[in-house]
Amino acid sequence: MAIRFILLVNKQGQTRLAQYYEYLTLEERRALEGEIVRKCLARTEQQCSFVEHRNYKIVYRRYASLFFLVGVDNDENELAILEFIHLVVETMDRHFRNVCELDIMFHLETAHFMLEEMVMNGCIVETSKTNILTPIQLMDKAS
Amino acid sequence: MALLGMRGLSVFISDVRNCQNKEQERLRIDKELGNIRTRFKNEKGLTPNEKKKYVWKMLYIYMLGYDVDFGHMEALSLISAPKYPEKQVGYIVTSCLLNESHEFLRMVINTVRNDIIGRNETFQCLALTMVGNIGGKEFAESLAPDVQRLLISSSCRPLVRKKAALCLLRLYRKNPDVVNIDGWSDRMSQLLDERDLGVLTSVMSLFVALVSNNNEAYWNCLPKCAKILERLARNQDIPQEYTYYGIPSPWLQVKTMKALQYFPTVEDPNTRRALFEVLQRILMGTDVVKNVNKNNASHAVLFEALALVMHLDAEKEMMSQCVALLGKFIAVREPNIRYLGLENMTRMLLITDVQDLIKRHQAQIVTSLKDPDISIRRRALDLLYGMCDVTNAKDIVEELLQYLSTADFVMREELALKAAILAEKFAPDLSWYVDVILQLIDKAGDFVSDDIWYRVVQFVTNNEDLQPYAAAKAREYLDKPALHETMVKVSAYILGEYSHLLARRPGCNPKEIFTIINEKLPTVSKPTVAILLSTYAKILMHTEPSDPELQEQIWAIFRKYESYIDVEIQQRAVEYFVLSRKGAALADVLAEMPKFPERQSALLKKAEDAEVDTAEQSAIKLRSQQQTSNALVVTDQQPVNGPLPINQLGLVRIPSQKMEASSHNQGLTKENGAVSKVDPEPAPSADFLGDLLGPLAIEGPPAATVSAEQNMISGLEATPNAADALALATVGDQSNSVQPIVNIAERFHALCLKDSGVLYEDPYMQIGIKSEWRAHHGHLVLFLGNKNTSPLLSVRAVILPPTHLKVELSLVPETIPPRAQVQCPLEVVNLRASRDIAVLDFSYKFGTTVVSVKLRLPAVLNKFLQPKSVSAEEFFPQWKSLSGPPLKLQEVVRVVKPMSLPEMTNLFTSLHLGVIPGLDTNSNNLVSCTGFYSESTRAMLCLIRVETDPSDRTQLRITIASGDPTLTFELKEFIKEHLINIPTPTPAPAPSPALAAAALQPQSPITRAGYTDPGVMLAGLL
Repeated sequence: MAIRFILLVNKQGQTRLAQYYEYLTLEERRALEGEIVRKCLARTEQQCSFVEHRNYKIVYRRYASLFFLVGVDNDENELAILEFIHLVVETMDRHFRNVCELDIMFHLETAHFMLEEMVMNGCIVETSKTNILTPIQLMDKAS
Repeated sequence: MALLGMRGLSVFISDVRNCQNKEQERLRIDKELGNIRTRFKNEKGLTPNEKKKYVWKMLYIYMLGYDVDFGHMEALSLISAPKYPEKQVGYIVTSCLLNESHEFLRMVINTVRNDIIGRNETFQCLALTMVGNIGGKEFAESLAPDVQRLLISSSCRPLVRKKAALCLLRLYRKNPDVVNIDGWSDRMSQLLDERDLGVLTSVMSLFVALVSNNNEAYWNCLPKCAKILERLARNQDIPQEYTYYGIPSPWLQVKTMKALQYFPTVEDPNTRRALFEVLQRILMGTDVVKNVNKNNASHAVLFEALALVMHLDAEKEMMSQCVALLGKFIAVREPNIRYLGLENMTRMLLITDVQDLIKRHQAQIVTSLKDPDISIRRRALDLLYGMCDVTNAKDIVEELLQYLSTADFVMREELALKAAILAEKFAPDLSWYVDVILQLIDKAGDFVSDDIWYRVVQFVTNNEDLQPYAAAKAREYLDKPALHETMVKVSAYILGEYSHLLARRPGCNPKEIFTIINEKLPTVSKPTVAILLSTYAKILMHTEPSDPELQEQIWAIFRKYESYIDVEIQQRAVEYFVLSRKGAALADVLAEMPKFPERQSALLKKAEDAEVDTAEQSAIKLRSQQQTSNALVVTDQQPVNGPLPINQLGLVRIPSQKMEASSHNQGLTKENGAVSKVDPEPAPSADFLGDLLGPLAIEGPPAATVSAEQNMISGLEATPNAADALALATVGDQSNSVQPIVNIAERFHALCLKDSGVLYEDPYMQIGIKSEWRAHHGHLVLFLGNKNTSPLLSVRAVILPPTHLKVELSLVPETIPPRAQVQCPLEVVNLRASRDIAVLDFSYKFGTTVVSVKLRLPAVLNKFLQPKSVSAEEFFPQWKSLSGPPLKLQEVVRVVKPMSLPEMTNLFTSLHLGVIPGLDTNSNNLVSCTGFYSESTRAMLCLIRVETDPSDRTQLRITIASGDPTLTFELKEFIKEHLINIPTPTPAPAPSPALAAAALQPQSPITRAGYTDPGVMLAGLL
């Protein structure tokens, strides 16, 4: 297991997208989201993008009002995950044209589907934007 | 757009978004949940599109953190829909809302399988993704062959195969048997020839999982990995789509290097040369560039390359280059790189002997301790702790002390503990050590645990040279206006014992000492008052010639506390008062504290126990492995038999080659909580009891003299506290120079529920286990793996079986060659039901280090169970015929771990207690049926019924019936152990005589002797 969860949270700490790759009960999720949001959102631009939490790490990145938080094992390559976040954002950008919080909120389905194409069971499946987006475009055409 | 036609969903999302506060949101969501519930109830009117809409709403609500405990069926049912849009929603929402323990996931296995083996690629992808995310054991059993076929099929397109690879990874984790090692090493090797980088990315993750479990089986894949890395690093034939800011898939590069780190060495010279060339290129050719993304991506690769070099470069050709790079990194402005530089330096310390190279960067690392970012400060602290040795201990510890005054509160305790440990391990001289600890208490008293001041007292007591110095220092601190209470304790203790050594100095006559200590009395807490009373008694005893005025003052205090509300203080006051009127006899009773038996620092133990992150933990382990420490390091030598040798010479260093701690017991004590820790060694002498945990113990003269005094103390009776203190006094002295690097208790518990895995691992060796169970026979294989390049010698393994198991271990070779793994079959026959556990007593020698561990073997009760599915017609007559105790036992169990019925079903299934759904008409009950196999009972049916209370999940009633009273009882207790909140491991039978002895200490002859000793008694009262 490499990636434990991916969270998208806005400045106010509201969860906009959550995908867990290990099972946590609802209470555990609530507690975890609360704790890490408190920890990460308080950090400044001059601080590094890694926060140690319990027995794992959070790698995070901020884009305007949205924070992307990825929980990973301690032996994971932090910078690779940091750039993976950017790859997710670029992929969303290509699809939504300048993605913003509302796109993700109101296209929950597409956002989930995109993540599914990129990460499975905590491992990276695909890093080619074209390959990630092809099935989504097909789906859009179909409906 | 997929959401078109789901206007209701958009409206709902925007309603929630517009809620002004949490309360409004809650109301809106409750309303929606009510709405969805009603809609689902009259399903007739629901079109697939509507269903889809409601399922998405549920997911949205769930994501916001609200419980959605219905509608799972509706989500599942969409999986079976014929059309893609519905099916897709079904799959995605199911993987988000459900997990593998959900009972009804089973119902869709067939549909999922049909999608996987069907012709529709998009359906295949959906099904593989869901199974890859939440598939459980049952999925593994029924789908693995199909998934494998897809992965290796040449007609399948990459988009399906990449998902099949990760799906197989999931199934393999659920059931390792789905991948047959013999056949798979070749297959894996072929898969690594894949040209499509998407498939290769997934295949590499699968490979990492396989190779991490068994690197030997996949030797043939090593050159392939090196080739892949070469292809990527040299950018040969990489499609544009897979380059990221000009860098060929950094993620695949990183993953490939991770895979390579699972191979101990690269033996083939050609592969090695090629690999090192590539690594050298990465190390030298990575420049800092302006573009953040490009810079991060190239450094991700660089850091992984560093890790791989550290791992492979046994000859240290490139090591100094690595350290130089890291040294550069820890000084850059970019915080991420600084953080990673520090982190990797710490890792490097663990892997190779580069301490001297790293020391050159000490100044920079110390600067990082003041970084504005706590993440970086933590890394710096960890690194300083890891790199500390005799040569730099003074500097580092002083830096830590200085930092202590300004450090964040969250870090202070850790900081104080680490400073104390380093001061103890690497002190150039003892007086410096005393200085450090006193400063520590002075600056951060709140964060200095009792262990730390106990330890300094122990050193002072054991070193006569140190006593006047410590007393003088303690006296100095008492002049300070505001004193932390811990400082009062330690000063009072030390002055009580040794202030007479200062008597000629100004301000140090007994009266002055008494006066200055007594100033603190009105403001201190009860435990400190107790210490002060002892100090007064000691001062009185040391006053030569006696000073009537002082005596009167002290007696007045004793009398004042004679009727004090706290029993401990009251008792001390009464006793000291009576004792101090005995005149000369007082000197015998209140003689100086004897030397403490040598033992490992309780601090180290504490540091190991403390919940610290992995890197930190490993740094501590590293420390404990190093043998470079000097005179202060005290290690305990615990011989297997015979009394504990008490080193009267004080702090002469005993080389850290001892290791007699049974990890088994460590696990045990940890789990039992802090109250009654037991030591497997019978207390060899009363000295044992005069440990630090009774720092006030007033040691009496040898037992012979004591008997003369006995009448004097005849009024004293051992209070129950005495027993506690006895048990406590022996805490923390089982420790090894070689520490396991896995949590042994956890491993054991995991192996109780599965049949193969790692049982034990330390830096030198790994013990894996694989088992097969058939009726009352068990066939186990122990895999003893040597992780080093030199052999492990004097390997010895003995099984200590409990009486209910017949265990035969085949011959274990005396030597395990470098990097080899030997297999030792082990046959187990179960004679009857019991919860006792067999223990593997294992030892070996590595260099001069002797490692010996005791490990619980997972040959536990549930291994001899086989779930049975019986019908109601079979069940009820049996249930009725077994009536009443001892064949049928019933018990209300409280403090149960709260779990839902599916969770409990899951637990029962993992214990081989087959749950039979629908047998009990009450849906809150759980009925299970299993067959137990032993030589005496043969196959015997056990019936279990659990009645739960949905309003209170912490209690339940359990009824168990079988044809054998022992079995019924043992099984009931066994299940209880798994249900209740504190996991209570069954005590292993092997060390039980010793355990029993320890537990029974209060009655044992040794201890009884101890009781007649007033010193011990007072120690006990503490």
